[in-house]
Amino acid sequence: MSDEKVNVVWLGSPTFPNAAHDALRDGQLRRNLKHATTTIRDKRLRAVAELDDWETLRLAGSQIKDRVMRHLDEYLLRLEASVTAAGGVVHWAEDADAANRIVIELVRAKGADEVVKIKSMATQEIGLNEALAADGVTATETDLAELIVQLAGDRPSHILVPAIHRNRTEIRDIFRREMGKYGVAAPDDLTDEPRVLAEAARLHLREKFLRAKVAVSGANFACADTGTVAVVESEGNGRMCLTLPETLITVMGIEKVLPAFADLEVFLQLLPRSSTAERMNPYTSLWTGVTPGDGPQEFHLILLDNGRSATLADRQGRSALHCIRCSACLNVCPVYERTGGRSYGSVYPGPIGAVLTPQLVGVGTSKHADSLPFASTLCGACYDACPVRIDIPEMLVHLRAKVVDAHRGEKLPAPEALAMKAARVVFGSPRRLAVAERLGALGGRIAGIRGGRWLPGPAKKWTAARDVPVPPRESFRTWWRKAGRR
Amino acid sequence: MTGSAAKDRILADIRSALHDVPRAERAEDVAVTRDYLDSHATGDVVGLFVERVRDYRATVTRVPEAEVPAEIARILAERGVRNLVVPPGFPREWLTAYDGSRLTDDPPLTAAELDASDGVVTLAARGVALTGTIVLDAGPGQGRRALSLVPDLHLCVVRTSQVLPDVPAAVRALVPDRPTTFISGPSATSDIELDRVEGVHGPRTLDVLLVVDS
Ligand code: SF4
Repeated sequence: MSDEKVNVVWLGSPTFPNAAHDALRDGQLRRNLKHATTTIRDKRLRAVAELDDWETLRLAGSQIKDRVMRHLDEYLLRLEASVTAAGGVVHWAEDADAANRIVIELVRAKGADEVVKIKSMATQEIGLNEALAADGVTATETDLAELIVQLAGDRPSHILVPAIHRNRTEIRDIFRREMGKYGVAAPDDLTDEPRVLAEAARLHLREKFLRAKVAVSGANFACADTGTVAVVESEGNGRMCLTLPETLITVMGIEKVLPAFADLEVFLQLLPRSSTAERMNPYTSLWTGVTPGDGPQEFHLILLDNGRSATLADRQGRSALHCIRCSACLNVCPVYERTGGRSYGSVYPGPIGAVLTPQLVGVGTSKHADSLPFASTLCGACYDACPVRIDIPEMLVHLRAKVVDAHRGEKLPAPEALAMKAARVVFGSPRRLAVAERLGALGGRIAGIRGGRWLPGPAKKWTAARDVPVPPRESFRTWWRKAGRR
Repeated sequence: MTGSAAKDRILADIRSALHDVPRAERAEDVAVTRDYLDSHATGDVVGLFVERVRDYRATVTRVPEAEVPAEIARILAERGVRNLVVPPGFPREWLTAYDGSRLTDDPPLTAAELDASDGVVTLAARGVALTGTIVLDAGPGQGRRALSLVPDLHLCVVRTSQVLPDVPAAVRALVPDRPTTFISGPSATSDIELDRVEGVHGPRTLDVLLVVDS
C-alpha cells in the first residue's frame, strides 16, 4: 500500500470479515446502529415521498455529475479561475501528503498553533489532524459527534452520525474526563441529558471559535461558473468556522465541482432529504472568494486528487465519484446495519465505502480494501436510496472481478467463497441472511415505489475466468445456491 | 504556492483517465434532463411558509407593517433581550418601541462583544415556503454573517413579498458573489442517540416576524 493512501484505509485494519466479527459481538453497537438506521431510514422515506418528482430530480442529479466527470479538467480550470477572480487562492494537491503540507504551510504562515475544523471527509481521508499534530498544531473538531469521537480517541462509525456507537452516559463520562484537558472543562453537574451535553459542547467550543485564527473545512459543492463554495450543516459550527476566523482553508475532492451555480437547485433538494431526512438542513453557507468586511479575509481552496483521477479511469467504477455523501445507502444496508461503519476500516464506510475505498487506494494494493466489495448481499437497496443513482450493486460485482484478477496467481479463495465468508460472519445463519435480504429488497421496493425500481444494467459477467452470470438483482442466497451447484 | 506542477499532473491524469470521452464532446453535449418541478408549493405560499418555519420549532408572527415596532418590542421583551445587535441599514423606525440598549456594528463589533449580546434583529433577503427557509445575503439590514450567528437569539423580519415558493426560485434569485446563508429553523443536532436538540452553536432561538405587504 503506497504511503499517501494510508488514511483512506486505516492502517492495520483487519479484513472486513474479521473486523465485522468483533463488531457483531458488541451488543450496544448493534442496538444503537439498528435504532439509528431504522429511524433515519423511515424518516428519509417520508421526506422523499413529499416530492412527486423525486425520480426526475435524481436523474438530473446523476446527469449533472456525469457531465462533471466527463469534463472534469475543464470544470476544475473554470472553478480555479472563478475562485481566483473572487479573491481566493486555489491549490492543487495530488495526494494526502501534498494537501497536508499545503495546509501546514498556510497555518504556519499565519503563526497559528491551533485550527478549528468542520467535519469533512476529505480531511479525514488525508489524515490532516494527525499531520497537523505532528507539526505541533492542534486541530479541534467542532461537530458535536466529531468532538465526541475526537475526545474519546475513537474512530467514527457513521458518516452522518459518527458517534452513534456511543450512548449518552458514555458521552457524559468522556466529556467529564476529557474536555478540561483541551479547554473549557465540562461543568461539575453535567448530566447525561442530550440537551445538557450539547450545552457543554457549546461552551467548550465557543471559546475556541472566538479566538480561532484559522479554520479548515470541506465542501459539499463548488460551482465552476461563479466560484461559489457550499457547506451544508446542522449545528452552526460550520457557520462559526466559515465566518469568524481570519483565514479559511477548504479541502475539497476534485469531484465535488458542479458546472453552475444554478445546479444547486437540484442538489439542495436532493441532499437534505436523503441525508438528515429534512426538507432543508438548518444551515447552508455559500461563499464566493473573499468579501471585504465579512468573514475570512483570506480564502484557500485545496483541490485534492488522492486517487480520484485514477478512479475516473475505470468507466464502470467512475460513478462512485458522483457520491454527495448523504449516507442514505448506509442506512438501508443490511450489512452495515449489523456491522457498523468501523468494520469497513475506512473513512468511507457502508455500500459507498465498499466501492469507493478500493478504487481510491487502487484495487490490488490493500488486502483490506480488496475485501470490501465482498461485504454486500447485492440486495439493491443502496441503489434505490441513492439520490444520484449510483449503481452500487453493479459496481460491487465489477470490483469483485477486478479484485480476483488483481490477485491472480495468489492462492486467494474464489470470489464466491470470499463473499460467502463475509455473509456468514455478518448474518451468522442462513435464516438470518434470508430475513435481511427480504427486508433489504422490501426497503428497496418502498424507496423506489414511484418508478425507482432498480433495473439491472446490461447483463454483467462475473469475470472471463469464472463464467457465472450474476444478475445483480438476484439475492445473494439465490445466486450463491445457483453458483454453488455448478 | 499553488503548485503548478501538481496542477499539470492532475489535469494530465484526468485527461488520460477520460480516454473514452470523444475529443469533440463538449460538456453541454452531456444531456441533463431538467423536467423536475420548478415548485412543489401549491395554493397559499405564505401560509405554507408559516407552517414550514414552525415545523422547525421557530416562532412566526404575522403582522401588518404598522404594528411592526410594537411586535418587535414585545418579542424582545418576552425573550428578555436588553442588549440588541442592530445591523447597519435596519429600519430605525421599527425599533422605536424597543427600550433596551443597541449594539451597532460601526465600528465592527468583536466576536466577544457579539457573544455578550442577548440577541440580534435582522431583515432577510428571501423566504422559501416549501422548505421553511430564510435566506440572508448580507444585504442592508442583515449585516455581515457573524451578526446573525453569534448572538443566542435571532429575530428575523421577513416581508410576505419576499417569500418564494420553492428552492429553484430561491437559487435563481440569489446573487452568487454575496455571502449567503440558508437558515431553516434554529441550529440542531441529533448526534446523541438521535435525540434532536435545538441550538448547539448558532442562535438557539429563531423568531420570525412576517410583515404582511399590502
Ligand atoms: S453513494 Fe449515494 S446514497 Fe450513498 S452516500 Fe453517496 S450519494 Fe448518498
